[in-house]
Amino acid sequence: MKTNIVIIGAGISGVSIAYNLAKMGQKGIIVIDKSYMTSGATGRCGAGVRQQWATKSNCEMAKRSIEFFEIAEETLQYEGGIEFKQEGYLILATNNEEVEQFKKNVELQNSIGIASRAITVDEALKIVPHLNPDSFLMATFCPTDGHLNPFLMTDAYYQAAKRLGVDFHFFENVKEIVSEHGQVQKVITDQDTYKTNIVVNAAGGYAREIGLMAGVEIPVYSEKHEILVTEPISRIQGPMVMSFSKNIYCQQVPHGSFLIGRGDPTVPHDHDITSTWHFLDEMAKTVADILPKIGELRVIRQWAGSYNMSPDKQPIISDVPTLEGFFLACGFSGHGFMFAPMTGILLSEIILKKPTTLDVGDYHLHRFKTNTIRETEKSVV
Amino acid sequence: MNKDKIIICRCSDVTLEDIHKLLEEGYTSFEDLKRLLRIGMGPCQGQTCAELVRKEIANFLHQKAETVPIHKTRPLTIGVKLRAIAEGAKDEN
Ligand SMILES: Cc1cc2nc3c(=O)[nH]c(=O)nc-3n(C[C@H](O)[C@H](O)[C@H](O)COP(=O)(O)OP(=O)(O)OC[C@H]3O[C@@H](n4cnc5c(N)ncnc54)[C@H](O)[C@@H]3O)c2cc1C
Repeated sequence: MKTNIVIIGAGISGVSIAYNLAKMGQKGIIVIDKSYMTSGATGRCGAGVRQQWATKSNCEMAKRSIEFFEIAEETLQYEGGIEFKQEGYLILATNNEEVEQFKKNVELQNSIGIASRAITVDEALKIVPHLNPDSFLMATFCPTDGHLNPFLMTDAYYQAAKRLGVDFHFFENVKEIVSEHGQVQKVITDQDTYKTNIVVNAAGGYAREIGLMAGVEIPVYSEKHEILVTEPISRIQGPMVMSFSKNIYCQQVPHGSFLIGRGDPTVPHDHDITSTWHFLDEMAKTVADILPKIGELRVIRQWAGSYNMSPDKQPIISDVPTLEGFFLACGFSGHGFMFAPMTGILLSEIILKKPTTLDVGDYHLHRFKTNTIRETEKSVV
Repeated sequence: MNKDKIIICRCSDVTLEDIHKLLEEGYTSFEDLKRLLRIGMGPCQGQTCAELVRKEIANFLHQKAETVPIHKTRPLTIGVKLRAIAEGAKDEN
């Protein structure tokens, strides 16, 4: 079969790229996913969206993406609604180093128009009364950060892309990518062969493997992150509560449940996504410390997913200098959901050789080879 | 009885009509229905509804129920308070 563009992966990145390419007038777009929609990180994620980052490019990506989320239902004509809860992120500083870093972060964020601010423990307690006041020194708060339903957001892009003519193939596994004379030629799956000159690697945790199929080395790896959900209760918490040093994020979703998760720096770099009792033990202790009241809630389910990590914890949204027609949207390092609206716009502009809406220099694959990493993101859980 | 009065998932109040509507829109895997309707995500974790939903999918696709995969069973089997876990995790020595 002959087609113009093949996108590998129907997670939030793949559907956003497909939608934006189609909106820019491209025809003959096929999205291939080896499983069901949102089976990768997208359907496993905390789906928090925040602008409180430590690098300028991440701040810009997040700010513009949130501006899109605000109008996504109308823009994508999604009837069901995406459950956007825009009640902020409250980020706790628990040591002096964080206090200093957070002050710098707020300055940077304010300089590009993000409405974050440093607040005292008392001010934080007014926003989230059930915080343990002894567990942190100060906090930062940005009221326009928030949370969405990742399934519905992905479905909204998927349906809009379908209306624009994009073809989706689920339960089809990409096995091989054939190139000749430095140009992509074919994608071979377990079901078909597609002749195409443009291939997008949006394969999330498997981005490295897809790169290798095309002979392209992408320095990313997958890392397990675990998460749990509690029984639903009536609304008591507006913002996401987060601490980098205590390794926790905790959000009450509109349905009433709490989503609570963290990473474990000692896990091996692989595709393991099994749940562990160790996570449950450690997470429960942190909750009891910072948010004692939440400790009274029952955990009803736990699961895990892969972060696709890059060396500077910033995404790779890029062409590939050594292989014409091969494009990358990966290495999101735990923040690919909230960046997806901009990922879709920027990668479409790169593919169509248009001027990009934002400077994408920080996100080019080349930075790792030439050792020109500009900045490393520190504000991650 | 009206399909919108038949509750399939008691945890999340999902009706037979909700399920049929999505099947007709092309969402024919259990995992899709789970994510769009919250089936299997409530306190019972699909113990009540999973087999019923499986039969509906099988009927729709004209397949045998045994060939329709259902959701992955995840821990915990029963809800446990976080505080109880935190206390249980403390060193007992
Ligand atoms: C526990 C957890 C919490 C998180 N919390 C947040 C958060 O609060 N905010 C945030 O912004 N981000 C969060 N993230 C990160 C976020 O989930 C990811 O960055 C984002 O979902 C990546 O989307 P993606 O589309 O690039 O990849 P994925 O969603 O992983 O999609 C990749 C797709 O590619 C498919 N694929 C792979 N290999 C092949 C192949 N060979 N052939 C065909 N298809 C293939 C997979 O089936 C998959 O569907 C979290 C992640 C986890 C695991």
